Amino acid sequence: MTILKTEQLRAYYVLDMMGTKKEVKAVNGIDLDIKKNEVYGIAGESGCGKSSLLKSLYGLIEPPLRHIDGKILYNINEEEVDVFSLSQEETRKLRWEYISYVPQGSMSVLNPVTRLEETYRDFLESHVPAKSKNEIFELAREHINKLGLPQKTLKAYPHQLSGGMRQRVTIALAAILKPEIIIADEPTTALDVVVQRGVVQLLKEVQNELNNTIILVTHDMGVHANIADRIGIMYAGKIVEEADTETIFGAPKHPYTRYLINSLPQFGDKSVRKSVPGSPPSLDKLPDGCSFNPRCPHAKGRCFERVPEMVEVNNGHRVACWMEN
Amino acid sequence: MKIFRLFKDLFRDYRFAVSACVLCVLLVLAVLSIFAPNDPALWDVAPKDEAPSFTHLLGTNSKGQDVFWEATFSVRNSLIISVIAGSVSRLIAVIIGMVAGYRGRKTDTFLMFISDSLLVIPLFLIIVMLALLIREYMNLVTLGLLLALFGWAWDARVIRSIILTLRERDFTYTAVLSGTGTMRLVFNEYMPYATPLVFSTLINNMSWAIGLEITLAILGLVNMDIPTLGTTLQWAISKQAILLGYWWWILTPIVLSVLLFIALYWLSVSISEYLDPRSRIQRVGGA
Amino acid sequence: MNLLEIKNLTKVYSQGGLLSRIKITAADNVSFNMKPAEIFTLAGESGCGKSTIAKMILGFETPTSGHVIHKGKKQKEIRNRKAWLEQGIQAVFQDPFGTFNPLRQVERYFFESIQNFKLADTKDAAIELINKKLSAVGLKYEDMAGRYPNEFSGGQLQRISIARSLLTDPDLLIADEPVSMVDASLRMSIVNLFKQLRDEYGVSVVYITHDLATAYYVSDRIAVMFRGNIVETGSVEKVLMEPKHPYTRLLRDSIPQADPQKKWKDTITLGELEQDEFLRAGCKFAGRCPDVMDICRQKAPEVLNVDGVQVRCHKWNGI
Repeated sequence: MTILKTEQLRAYYVLDMMGTKKEVKAVNGIDLDIKKNEVYGIAGESGCGKSSLLKSLYGLIEPPLRHIDGKILYNINEEEVDVFSLSQEETRKLRWEYISYVPQGSMSVLNPVTRLEETYRDFLESHVPAKSKNEIFELAREHINKLGLPQKTLKAYPHQLSGGMRQRVTIALAAILKPEIIIADEPTTALDVVVQRGVVQLLKEVQNELNNTIILVTHDMGVHANIADRIGIMYAGKIVEEADTETIFGAPKHPYTRYLINSLPQFGDKSVRKSVPGSPPSLDKLPDGCSFNPRCPHAKGRCFERVPEMVEVNNGHRVACWMEN
Repeated sequence: MKIFRLFKDLFRDYRFAVSACVLCVLLVLAVLSIFAPNDPALWDVAPKDEAPSFTHLLGTNSKGQDVFWEATFSVRNSLIISVIAGSVSRLIAVIIGMVAGYRGRKTDTFLMFISDSLLVIPLFLIIVMLALLIREYMNLVTLGLLLALFGWAWDARVIRSIILTLRERDFTYTAVLSGTGTMRLVFNEYMPYATPLVFSTLINNMSWAIGLEITLAILGLVNMDIPTLGTTLQWAISKQAILLGYWWWILTPIVLSVLLFIALYWLSVSISEYLDPRSRIQRVGGA
Repeated sequence: MNLLEIKNLTKVYSQGGLLSRIKITAADNVSFNMKPAEIFTLAGESGCGKSTIAKMILGFETPTSGHVIHKGKKQKEIRNRKAWLEQGIQAVFQDPFGTFNPLRQVERYFFESIQNFKLADTKDAAIELINKKLSAVGLKYEDMAGRYPNEFSGGQLQRISIARSLLTDPDLLIADEPVSMVDASLRMSIVNLFKQLRDEYGVSVVYITHDLATAYYVSDRIAVMFRGNIVETGSVEKVLMEPKHPYTRLLRDSIPQADPQKKWKDTITLGELEQDEFLRAGCKFAGRCPDVMDICRQKAPEVLNVDGVQVRCHKWNGI
């Protein structure tokens, strides 16, 4: 069952710098169809528009980012709702209860001058109708317990916790109202490897328990391999390949995905690995045709003329490349 | 070419355009003082108390001087004082801020003790007392230096804190790895971050100096024979220009001071916006 | 002869206010040697002391005790920082955008290096030298001339940073997390450069990282650090393929493998506060070690030589 869908979504940064107009095509025609009860991974290098896509999915398109065209459809109680038709008040209501967000830096959501239990209380009071203070604390404690975090974290201030602990509290907060969708933007990037493992583990536990959907953005393919059910590879504002995790790692079709997978070093294998050649294009000056053509060893003829469409090459495996068309 | 582009960018801001024009007019006025027919210190070179006319554009005052030519001198002298005060105090602020920030430890503690002391003592009283002490030697330069001595403390502190954060950045290490010595490092790597501050506070400091000069003049603590905006105003007040209805005499220094203050203020606002490192980085990227 | 010898290097920081002052030993009696043309990995998580070691080798931090010896010369006996670096030591940092001042053109650092170390007499000779070093990282002077850091991608800028470090023909390069801020898709181009420097120019590299997968790929030997101690040293094959220390095992198994067949199976419990571990008597890993014994909590383990690998763990005592 589809829980979130986008149709040819476009959102650009429109910048006016000292009189010269600039259009940064951060989200450039994206079709997503995200199912209930799956972990959907989005991978791509920095500056490919991942974060802008997430912001759009969360209904948080604010200047300088502008919605150009296309739709985002939430499936709320079996009913398709167009996000852009909702009033601000209505989208705000959906946040946390239908869709919630785990940002990269956990400090930005936690109030640095209040104890975490206060943050929990403020948060619950504004969403859960009329409950006494004790009941709310009880709820928070129960929740923290279930996620395997020590009780004393509730009494702590954010700065007293380590980065990994804070990130886990943020995830716990994002999950407390049992949202249908949790969006996580590079939730493990700044963390140490062991802590990262703990955070990924927690995300997985949350998903298992709530049977909901997680949309996970990270550039770390290892994390995707571990947790994602399906993966969309993003390049220059577009999804260029989408398939289930096994297929992406086992039989990638798009030359970019292939480079990405083959460049990853593995234990026990010292054979030479090569990076993707060249540099990512800047989103305000995209090349004609396929955006990947300057870096692609197979580029020829129509790659330089027309943008390839996404086509389904196998069951659920979609690629946007002229070689497969 | 670079200068040309810089001005083109700056002139896009209406505040800069207006204030630059006003300042230009005032500068022309100051330069005109060269062509003045008489020594500004001399009395009775013109008929007394005449309203503006073609022979005396802004009328004459009770001392028998032409108000227009007196005004050219007063603008010139006030600007000289403020430039001396502003640039000398900037120099002190940059040196002390940078040395304190980069050297750290005891040097830092000592220098910041001095600047903190300057920040907490009632500055105005001290300046008045010092002005009384050196009254005999008071001229444009000494007054400028006196004001400079008291105008650097806050900016030195700000520059120091800028340096403190930059010192921990990796590019400091890159400079060291490139064999750059301490003096060159501080100047090359840190100065670009301090210049916007120096420029915008230079202008603020200049208007502070002009204001303080007017205050001291009205208290009669400066050399009254040297025409400045302050002394002109003081003469007009003491000769009862208001009561006698010589509006041209009293309004001239007031209007000129107000124009000067507004022009300097807008100039500082638009320049500091332009020079802000963050917007500068964006502009470098956009080019 | 050893290119670099680190002997009982210790750095103690005081932390906290006047009343509750505690001492954190960021590097505790660390010793290792490096041969010419070798890539040596210093691995560990943040706060394990690997960056402190790097700063002490470069002379940016003064050791509390111990010695850094480069080509037989002790750091303490060299008159200043510049002379120490002139012996042939250079560094590359983690964030390429932090490495260069955003308000200055990147090429300035190249010309300053050349001027300060007297590497060329004329501007033409300087540009020729810059071109030579940039070509080693796959770039040209024209790519860099007149440009500011933000006009490059992270990967490009990191390669420029490496080219800058090569100007003085160093024999020792300290690379502190050189790829962790670079996109995964471009990472290998940097890592491969270190291999190339070792093989073609005989440069030794201290590769500091938390990413054991690239460490395995690029380095010859590895030292794993935990809370200021080196817990295991040896060839990468031995240390990473058959870890002896429980911490090395945990660290290795926590690297997410880019292979859906190798997902994590068991769950882990995360540790206590960093500070508690630093102050722990006995083995610092005892708090979350799966093989913990009574002795671990009382006595700090000695370094043991097991199968050609140096391990700091009680488990191997008497075997």
